[in-house]
Formats: sequence, C-alpha cells, structure tokens
Amino acid sequence: MRSLLKSKEAIGFAIVCLLLLVVFPASLDIFRLNTVGKYLSFALVALGIVLVWGYGGILSLGQGIFFGIGGYVMAMFLKLEASKPELPDFMVWSSTEALPWWWEPFHSFVVTVAAIIVLPTAFAFLFALVIFKKRVGGVYFAIITLALGLTLVVLLIGQQGYTGGANGITDFKTLLGWDTRTDGAKRVMYFACSAFVILGVVLCTLVIKSRLGKILIAIRDREDRVRFSGYDTAMFKAFVFAVGALFAALGGAFFTLQVGLITPQTVGAVSSIEMVIYAAVGGRTSVVGAVFGALLVGFGKTYFSENFATMWLYLIGGLFIFVVLVLPNGLAGLADRIRLKREA
Amino acid sequence: MEILTISELSVSFDGFKAVDDLTLSVDRDELRVVIGPNGAGKTTLLDMICGKTKPTTGSIRFKGIELTALHEHQIVRLGVGRKFQTPSTYEDLTVLENLEISYPQKRGVLGSLFFTRTKEIMSKIHAVAEAVFLTEHLRAKAGRLSHGQKQWLEIGMLLMQDPELMLLDEPVAGMSPREREQTAELLNRIAPGRSIVLIEHDMAFVRMIAHKITVLHQGKLLSEGSLDAIQKDERVIDVYLGH
Repeated sequence: MRSLLKSKEAIGFAIVCLLLLVVFPASLDIFRLNTVGKYLSFALVALGIVLVWGYGGILSLGQGIFFGIGGYVMAMFLKLEASKPELPDFMVWSSTEALPWWWEPFHSFVVTVAAIIVLPTAFAFLFALVIFKKRVGGVYFAIITLALGLTLVVLLIGQQGYTGGANGITDFKTLLGWDTRTDGAKRVMYFACSAFVILGVVLCTLVIKSRLGKILIAIRDREDRVRFSGYDTAMFKAFVFAVGALFAALGGAFFTLQVGLITPQTVGAVSSIEMVIYAAVGGRTSVVGAVFGALLVGFGKTYFSENFATMWLYLIGGLFIFVVLVLPNGLAGLADRIRLKREA
Repeated sequence: MEILTISELSVSFDGFKAVDDLTLSVDRDELRVVIGPNGAGKTTLLDMICGKTKPTTGSIRFKGIELTALHEHQIVRLGVGRKFQTPSTYEDLTVLENLEISYPQKRGVLGSLFFTRTKEIMSKIHAVAEAVFLTEHLRAKAGRLSHGQKQWLEIGMLLMQDPELMLLDEPVAGMSPREREQTAELLNRIAPGRSIVLIEHDMAFVRMIAHKITVLHQGKLLSEGSLDAIQKDERVIDVYLGH
C-alpha cells in the first residue's frame, strides 16, 4: 500500500477511486451506471493484460477465453437458479433431455465461485507452462492463443444444446434468491465490481513493485540473461499468465452478472483484441492506465454507436490508430509528458 | 584439482563442426584464457558449458556432475556464471535492481513475490558495486551506462551469484585502454578462490591476467601452456599471432 501511495501513479489511483466510488454513482442514472459497470468488468481484464503483456512481455490474443470461462460459469449457475426445477429453456428448445453431468456442480454457489477462480487459472498455467518450456514465445504464442479462442467459439456455437449456441446464455432472475434485475441490485453489483477493480489495481501494483515484478521486466527485455541468473523463466511466465487469466475470469463473471447475458462473441478474436487495446490505450505498463483505457474506449464505443450508428466502428478504429501513432505509451505516457513539462 | 573436465566434446551445426573432439580441463583457482582466430569455436565452447547449446557428443563435468543434460538455470545454481560477449544487462532496471535480481536467493515464483531487501543483501550489493566501479551509478538505469560500464555491471551481476566457475566472453570488448587496465585489476582481485575461463583477443590484456592459455583453431585444441610458451609455438604463430 505504501509503495502505491509513493508511486507516480498515486494521483491516477486517487482519481480512479473518486470516479468509481463518488462521481459516477452520483451523476449517472442507473442505466448508465450499469453500462459503466460493464466497462469495469473489461477493466479487470485489462489489469491482467498490463501484468502479462506490459511486464511479462507476453502478448495474448486469447484473454477472451478466460473471460468466457468466468462468464459462462457464472451464467450456468444463474441459469440453473432461474429455471429451477425445469431444464434451462435453451436446452428444451434444442431437445436436450437431461441436464448434462458437467452442469450439475453449478447448482452450488460455492463450487461456482471456486470454478471461476480455479478453472481458468489452472488451465492457463498448465497451457502456458507447456508452451514456454518448449521455448515458444512472442508472435507464435499470440497466434496459438488466438487459435484457441476461435476453437472455443466454434465449440460454444456448435454445442447449442449444452451452451446456448450463438445466442449464449441469458434470461437470469436471481442470485441466491436475490433479484438481480432491480435498480438497487444493479447498483450493488456496480459497487462490487468497482471494489474488485480498485483491489485489482492495488494487487497489480504490489506485484510490480516486488522482486517478481523486476524479474518480469528482466524476462521481457532479456529472457536469456535471466536464465543465466539461475531463474526458471518458463515458470515465471506461466505464473503471470495465470494471474492474467484470473483477472479476465473475474471480469467475465462480473460481465455476466451486470449485463445479464454471456455470448460466444465475448470469447472470440475481436473481443480478445479489444481487451488488448484497452491496455494499449491506457499505456501497457500503467496499472491505473488500464482502468482509464477500458473506461475511455467503453465510453467511446457507446457514444459513437449511439450518435453515429453506421460508422461508429470506423471512429473507434480511428481512435486506436491515433493512440498507437501519437501516444505509444497510451494515456499514462501522456500524463508523464505533462508532468515532465511542468517540472522542467 | 580439476573443477571442470571436458572430454571428447563435439558439436556440429548443419554439418559444420564448430567444436571438434575437444578435451580440456580447468583446475580450481585457475584463470584460463582461451584465444584463437574467429570461428575457432571459443564462444560455442562457453555456450555448451553453460547449457545454451547442447553438444552433439562428449561430456562436460563440473565438480564431477555431468552438465550436458541440465537446463541453464540448473547449471547456474550449481555454481557456473556466464558473461556474454555483448553486454547483457536489464536496461529498464537500475544498476541496483540489476544486481539485486542476480542475488542467488528466492529464485522461485512465490519466493520472489514475497522477497524483501535485507541489510545483508544491500551490503553485498554495495560491495559488488564498489568492486565494479559503479557505486555512483546505483540508482541509474542500466540502459544509460556507457558500454564499458555495462560490461562491468554484467561482471558485477556474476559476482552477486558468487559462482565457483566464471565464464567470461571478451569482457573488455569496446573498453578504453584505461578501462581495460581497471578490468585487469578487477579480474586479478576476484580470481582467487574461484576458477575463471575467459575468451580474449587483446594480447596486451591477456598479458595482464593470464596464468595458462588454451589456443583453439577450427574447433580443435591447437596448443596449451604459459603465455611465453604459446608465443613461441610455431603453429600458434602461423594461425593466430602472425609473424
């Protein structure tokens, strides 16, 4: 905590807390606040990407996979509760006659929460360890993650009777008997998500300031040298990749809770690349920047799509190109430049 | 007593034999200089000792342990340190952080997450920084150091590891004459108590430090002995030193 307060991101962190806990809740109606909550679920993913890409130097184009695991697991629990004691409606439509065995555990909330945490983390760790042990990295790793995400989308769409297919899973009612569709519930979920984002910023900062953070920077810049300092670099990279997956899965769970649905699109390549862009816009080595990046791109998407319905995708694309060309270190780089100018 | 025993070591890249049936041993407390023309297999030899390149055949034993089957980090943990030809430091970290990372403790993931800087570590860092002439640059990013200072920093990183066997690949490349003298002093100071294998081209520098010299040529051992003996050896004069 002390290291966070001393760091140059302290002001940014204070602004994030103020925005999330005071300004947004006080100034936005519940529909907008719920939308900001959606952006914040992406901010969680972006925090993980800062660690994985900004510090570990591992570009993953498959964070949607872990976002999807978190989102779908949450959705399975909510769907079972909403359709109890019947089968989920989409299963009935697809003439699935009995609940598949692997849906059964998600009757339990404890199992669901444990699965959101353990499943993506364990899978990401083992998957990354095998690949990094083989010394595969860089763009090849990015391509493998991209392919894995695409495969998962095909699987989700193809198995309609078990996964809801292209429509995903939707139409939830309650969480442990608590109606999630009311304005009050949406407000509570917004604050819960905000708390996770703020906690995430603190945790990421602690990791970066630790010896582990320095080793990650060293691996990013000169992996060979780190091996010759006696470190098993594959282990470190797999670890940070797993942490990134955990953040993505938490983001997915909060997405499902707040938006009320999860679809294969959120798992796919476009969604995964957007997640990388959130971190790039914020500045890929800036923890606080990840939150600002997710908020800015989120607001941009909403504003452009509401006001320029036909060409909003071009506008958002233009924004990305602008950031890459003019602000290679994202918003955090801009903040640094302003600070340096003031001090000079 | 031997610390490193290399026997019948060969490696070929696409049919080209970079090192060819090489047998050589290094004693404890010895500073061995390896010289030879370009392409003689000097760097490849160091690469094989530290695990960066796997030999095609032959054996490398360090304190009796076979190294050829081990990973790089395992070899390092046994006590072998390697300095590369082009200085390899972590440019985005400070000199202090570069040295700190090289401290041989808490090298696991969780250990490093909960690592704290102790007094012992800091005093070791300061001692090493002083030895490699970088005390005044502890807070500077390594990327801002001069070429020679980066070479020193990398030697400092090895000193943090305190290896029993140091492998140095052209440590004075790109240094000024003054820096070369300082480096020779540094090496003579740190040599006692450990073994060093050093690759060098600069014969003036070799004269300042050498105990025993090995000459490689086309992947094979050409000659071995004291500096004087080497300089009188006709074969060495023919292929390397010149008439």
